[in-house]
Amino acid sequence: MGVTQILFWVLTVLALGSALMVVTSRNPVYSVLYLILCFFAISGHYILMNAQFLAVVNIIVYAGAIMVLFLFVIMLMNLNASVEPQKNKWLKIAGAIAGGCLLLVLVAAFKDADIKTQLVQTKDGEIGLINNLGMALFKDYVVPFEISSVLFLSAMVGAVVIGKKE
Amino acid sequence: MNWIFLQVKNPITDVSSAGSYLPIAIQLIFAVLFIAAMMGLTHWLGPKRNTADKLENFASGIESHGDARQPMAIKYFLVAILFVLFDVEVIFFYPYAVNFRQLGWEGFFAVLMFVGFFLAGFFYIIKKGALNWED
Repeated sequence: MGVTQILFWVLTVLALGSALMVVTSRNPVYSVLYLILCFFAISGHYILMNAQFLAVVNIIVYAGAIMVLFLFVIMLMNLNASVEPQKNKWLKIAGAIAGGCLLLVLVAAFKDADIKTQLVQTKDGEIGLINNLGMALFKDYVVPFEISSVLFLSAMVGAVVIGKKE
Repeated sequence: MNWIFLQVKNPITDVSSAGSYLPIAIQLIFAVLFIAAMMGLTHWLGPKRNTADKLENFASGIESHGDARQPMAIKYFLVAILFVLFDVEVIFFYPYAVNFRQLGWEGFFAVLMFVGFFLAGFFYIIKKGALNWED
């Protein structure tokens, strides 16, 4: 087992364990902190796949900015012990059924997927580097790039319309 | 220990390989271990003489009152979400800046249009007064 493989398994255990803690921990602030840990583990996976730009952006945007938003949302919600949401039995059953369906679909998809070839190019893949990514983004995918700016514009307008009282 | 110093000998040659992130990984591991060691040592070595006054929540010297979990103004959230949007805009500049010369005018106009959309949004925000703190 090489260094890459050991790192992969350590990061996988870290990511899955912290993701489970996000769901199971009672305090929502702890959930957010575990989510940050999960994002760092995923960034480690990106670095293992040599997607360096994606790894850094994942830390800047998700672990930095989006997590601040999550904390703001938790503060906005006013989570006191007295207003703990009621646990509905039927809601739990519906959630279990929905999650089971998703698991079934995922397992079926992975069962038929062709994984006989190399799954992922670790350590020295070239496509995730910033040069190649920039060329692909601004040459081949320039229209989706512009559409993303329209998406950002709509997000700005939506945030202002919802958040600003007239 | 040889594989640690392997990176230091020729750090530039394989900068596009994932192995060049080894110093950052070592730094992260060192930071985590250092903080864990310091916290553990202070808990282990420090004296503990707990009195009722010491165990009270510290609220800047004044008497603590009420709950800290109070709903806060939506203004903070609005500023935060606008920050995230412009943060992502800046991140899109980085792959463009790296390939600035190869992309030429075509890439320049693509980025100009991208920035134009953002500027439209920015003018909308300013005109609506979404960033005005005082109502």
